[in-house]
Amino acid sequence: MERVWTLLSFGPEGWGDDIAKGVLLTVSLALATLPLGLAIGFFVALGKRSSDKTLRLAANIYTTIFRGLPELLTLFLVFYGAQIGLQQIVRLVNPGASVEINAFVAGMIALGAVFSSYASEVFLAAFRAIPEGQYEGGHAIGLSNAQTMRLIILPQLIRLALPGLSNLWLILLKDTALVSVIGLADILRQTGIAARVTKEAFLFFGIACLLYLVLAMLSSIVLRTIENWTKRHGVQR
Amino acid sequence: MSAEAQASVERPPVVKKGWTRARTIGVVLLTIWAALGLAVLGFMINAWDPDIFTRYAPRYLSGLWITVQLVVVSVFLGALLSVPIALGRSSKNKLIGALAYAYVYFFRGTPLLAQTFLVYYGLGSFRPELQAVGLWTFFREAWYCAVFAFTLNTAAYQAEILRGAIESVGKGQWEAAAAMGLSRFQTARKIILPQALIVALRPYGNEIILMIKGSAIVAIITVYDLMGETRRAYARTFDFQTYIWAAIIYLGLVEILRNAVDWIERRITKHLKR
Amino acid sequence: MRISRRIALALPAAALALAVGSAHAQDMMKLKIGTEGAYPPFNNLTADGSLEGFDIDIAKALCEEMKAECEFVTQDWDGIIPALQAGKFDAIVASMSITEERKKQVDFTNKYYNTPPALVVPKESDIAGTTPEDLAGKVIGAQGSTTHANFAETTFTDSDVKVYPTAEEYKLDMVNGRLDAVIDDIIVLQEFLDSDDGACCKVLGTLTPREDIYGPGIGIAVRQGEDELREKLNAAITAIRENGKYKEINDKYFTFDAYGD
Repeated sequence: MERVWTLLSFGPEGWGDDIAKGVLLTVSLALATLPLGLAIGFFVALGKRSSDKTLRLAANIYTTIFRGLPELLTLFLVFYGAQIGLQQIVRLVNPGASVEINAFVAGMIALGAVFSSYASEVFLAAFRAIPEGQYEGGHAIGLSNAQTMRLIILPQLIRLALPGLSNLWLILLKDTALVSVIGLADILRQTGIAARVTKEAFLFFGIACLLYLVLAMLSSIVLRTIENWTKRHGVQR
Repeated sequence: MSAEAQASVERPPVVKKGWTRARTIGVVLLTIWAALGLAVLGFMINAWDPDIFTRYAPRYLSGLWITVQLVVVSVFLGALLSVPIALGRSSKNKLIGALAYAYVYFFRGTPLLAQTFLVYYGLGSFRPELQAVGLWTFFREAWYCAVFAFTLNTAAYQAEILRGAIESVGKGQWEAAAAMGLSRFQTARKIILPQALIVALRPYGNEIILMIKGSAIVAIITVYDLMGETRRAYARTFDFQTYIWAAIIYLGLVEILRNAVDWIERRITKHLKR
Repeated sequence: MRISRRIALALPAAALALAVGSAHAQDMMKLKIGTEGAYPPFNNLTADGSLEGFDIDIAKALCEEMKAECEFVTQDWDGIIPALQAGKFDAIVASMSITEERKKQVDFTNKYYNTPPALVVPKESDIAGTTPEDLAGKVIGAQGSTTHANFAETTFTDSDVKVYPTAEEYKLDMVNGRLDAVIDDIIVLQEFLDSDDGACCKVLGTLTPREDIYGPGIGIAVRQGEDELREKLNAAITAIRENGKYKEINDKYFTFDAYGD
């Protein structure tokens, strides 16, 4: 037991500090991906609702691809493929230049693409739950399309989409574990290194699982607070 | 609303016809997709090498077969395991309910990759203990470890799907059946399950798709599934088209399954359409 | 060395020029070096997160010789060539064998060391020799995307070859008892046997490397067409071989000359 505490301590012999850094990276990656995924997801949902066929098709291609590919493969495609592609484009303009997609950004883009294609479905379902009369009402009192969207639709949309989005956030948190494979020092990679070096695989992978559980629990608490807050808001109107 | 905003907008917007802004954006985006598609196609043609194809195509097929086996076996075993868990979740016994809840929470709250590592490397370090109870031959094989981890994982998700579907069938149905003199088992089999399965079909389809995609991680614990073969082919050829082939196969697999679920759903909900 | 002397002369000038602009500062070559960091004793991460090992010391010596400012980047092995091509770093110093397959993707310097592969088995193993017949039906572990894995797959065709992302993972599985044998560089395996966890195992024997798989030895990979950098590195390798720096590093790790013949 004493050995366990030494291994988990924050000192030079312990892995506590390394794992803490991993937690920080996992959380910041998930937090950085969230706004990106939400924004793209929202616009893709708008595209899917459009009366225009071409826009609908473009949006559907997006979700088909990113919901159909394994997340791990998406990550590889972005990390290596996009890098090579971008490099070639940049070289066309300026032969000497080089661009670099670092692992964090690659992870953000890949996870954001996956998150947004699922989020677009959540938004779409929420849009469908808002009756047409709300738009008509907005127009009737002289609001433009953008104003109707911002003042009337969005507040309701957020409330309706929140449960689905909360679920996606929890999935995102878990999906970040995949970035350990492209070399980002997240929870799983740090505990994995500790497991290999100390040969205490069960202990460290167990700790990794516990950390993800704690993050999920904390998220649930925060999300429930937000949900209650929006509900109270809804009732007041 | 501010006075300024009121002044600037007086009429409801006209419904535009013909070439709208949405169409412009749509055409631009489609052009980008087409350009990307052409770039990938051009790359594939450029990188085409009959040697590589004849050497690796059979391996990809065997990898695909492993992936399919892994998913089918895990989803099937997971379905069996999910029944007691779902019953436990709705049990009136507090302890059983809590245990089932903890199980579901653990497997849904942690990454599949971490669970797989925990089983493969974690349990692997208990070799003497496992040997003593005769389980080592099972846990020695990466393939069994993967099936074990995936089964436990998908059982948690399937239990929730099952529970949700059964709860979606109104309580009145149970009561009506009881009034007609049907036993609980008969009610479950003849009345509740058929309705619950309609509700559950789509989530089940999604769960299988998630398993297909999630199974790609077994490549990391030395199983040569489709992703494993892809990584091996890439390691030997350093040719990026190996990954694109994998992407095409995975996309095809998922799309076939998705359309199959759509088709089945249309068939079995025919009586619900008016 | 002609180039380095010119750079040396340019240095004071660059320092002066810094005040007004950095036109000359470019002469001080900046180099990003990719390595794996999971392959002791050649390159591995220490507990405090810094890199150490033979590859690292050699790379530092070469940088010093070239008067270059070097920065190390760690990258997982199976993505190390794409990462080089993608420009995440300029050279790979990570015990990479010079092979024909890799030459299609990257250029190599001359070798900077060459040591034979070996097989390690559990102490109580009943495997008698290192021929494919001896290993038929056995499970052999190797690191993925390596010449060793390649060699095992083509030579031990009747064995089950399992590949792992890093050397550390096959060691873990060897200790766990999932593997009947592992194949890797003799030095890497010896390091493993000397550690606490290596108590399980023994060297079965070294193998004669097949030239068509292993190539002429371990080199430094650079992007194709970067001949200037490649030539500079070649010159630096020759220089440290001659000026005794190589021997100094070599003796820190090995009891024999790792350079081979």
